[in-house]
Amino acid sequence: MLTVEHLHKRYGALEVVRDVSFHVPVGQCFGLLGPNGAGKTTTLRCCLGLTQPDAGSIRLVGLPIPQKAREARLRVGVVPQFDNLDPDFTVTENLIVFGRYFGLSRRECEARVGRLLEFAGLTDKADARIEALSGGMKRRLTLARAMINDPQVLFMDEPTTGLDPQARHLVWDRLKTLVTEGRTIVLTTHFMDEAQRLCDRVAIMDQGVLIAEDAPRTLIEREIEPVVIEVYGEGVERWFHTYGKTLSSRAELAGDTAFCYCVDPEPLMKTLEGQRELRALRRAANLEDVFLKLTGRDLRD
Amino acid sequence: MTEAAIASPATDTSRRVSRWRFAHVVYRNYLVWRKLIGSALVGHLADPLIWLVGLGFGLGRLMPPIGGLRYIEFLASGMLCYSAMNSASFEGLWSAFTRLKVQRTWESILNAPMTVADVVIGEWVWCALKGTLSAAAILLVMALLGIVQTPLALWVLPIALVVGLAFGGLALIITALAKSYDTFTYYFSLLLMPMTLISGVFFPIDQLPKIVQTAAQFLPLVHATTLARALAVGTPVDNILLHVAVLVFYAVATVVIAAKLVERRLMR
Repeated sequence: MLTVEHLHKRYGALEVVRDVSFHVPVGQCFGLLGPNGAGKTTTLRCCLGLTQPDAGSIRLVGLPIPQKAREARLRVGVVPQFDNLDPDFTVTENLIVFGRYFGLSRRECEARVGRLLEFAGLTDKADARIEALSGGMKRRLTLARAMINDPQVLFMDEPTTGLDPQARHLVWDRLKTLVTEGRTIVLTTHFMDEAQRLCDRVAIMDQGVLIAEDAPRTLIEREIEPVVIEVYGEGVERWFHTYGKTLSSRAELAGDTAFCYCVDPEPLMKTLEGQRELRALRRAANLEDVFLKLTGRDLRD
Repeated sequence: MTEAAIASPATDTSRRVSRWRFAHVVYRNYLVWRKLIGSALVGHLADPLIWLVGLGFGLGRLMPPIGGLRYIEFLASGMLCYSAMNSASFEGLWSAFTRLKVQRTWESILNAPMTVADVVIGEWVWCALKGTLSAAAILLVMALLGIVQTPLALWVLPIALVVGLAFGGLALIITALAKSYDTFTYYFSLLLMPMTLISGVFFPIDQLPKIVQTAAQFLPLVHATTLARALAVGTPVDNILLHVAVLVFYAVATVVIAAKLVERRLMR
């Protein structure tokens, strides 16, 4: 459905995408993860033909990009990172006007609006103005707008950034429905729980390079020990140097918290018994651990 | 499902989305305009009409005839072009910039199967339609005041359309380069207003220094006022084709440049 091979893109002296290759088969949800500035958005823009790559080849819905980008976008829906709903129109008008850009007649658009509003949970907001919508409603409307042409592939750039937990769960639920219908989804995110929950496959990108790609579960098993113990509290530093480092397979101290990655957590747990000042959290390894291991803990701004 | 099977419906649908795609952008702007029709009519129609009547009768009382025309007769055809220019410029500057930068409307359109050229041509045509509408309102008042008497005067409307295209195109160039709305104030005050004063809108230019007259010939507005005056009130005119050619040149050249600049700005 989407094949990217040896993609390069530079802005001036800065190469923001370096030799990126991946493939998204039909019906999969594919997540592109990475810290801010990793090149995720630029990669998506290249895939949609919204920017010229410097090298590499892209095929989307069987068509070469950017040569046939406009034709490809007939079968594609896009949820951009920033809402660009039309504030001059109502909810319904936004959908109809957007459908016209796909060459749909007014009648075809009107016929689709009802179902899309239902899908987005906005039926009772059909005639509301955009400024009257909450952030979550706007995001859902943007998603509904991206569905007006009944697309085979959906591109979503950070679909749940800025949403509260209720709104995020609703968006996730809708995205799962879309995948169940056989649609392909390509999304970027820096929420690891989102990626782990939604994506069949994820690729982690950092400084323009794809550094890992696999199913979330496989990545976790391959990169991280199964159990993580987080320890914090008075005297954590001393504990970390005495026990944490030696009794785990891998450990690091970040700020006030020690992260210990273990295959067998029991010896380490024993050293915490009776340590009243220390608090410990024992949990399963997750995608965020993989992400932090591969991209480091430094801030990226 | 194979990828080839997926590709075929895309080609089928694309036949329906023709080279008239820019019309979707015109239609979008029309729908918004229709919602705000009250303020749109007052701002872009009533305003120049008040100026025309006020200046024409007020100042006109003090003025000797110009080339055999009463002042209001002279002024009206100038105001007609000025008004077409103003309407098209406002639309291509403030309104288009709002859609480009503030509302990101153009970006959303580019996520659909539309190109930068579709967007820019749509905006360009829309600017010209708004300019023509302003001109038409003035023409109507001219008819009501008995200033125009021949149906030949209706030919000023296509002239107004080309004036709208020329200034719409220029405005879109400025918009494509602008960082903020402030730029437009400079464009209006430092370029459009001085040009208006040397283009025969409010007074004839033959008393101006020769060099200023020559300079004006390289700008579009004087060609519009010359043509409009000839059509509306029958002043003699030479070189009709040259006047039309300059306007058409401005219209086409500016939209091509504007499309390139918007492409550079949005498709990076």
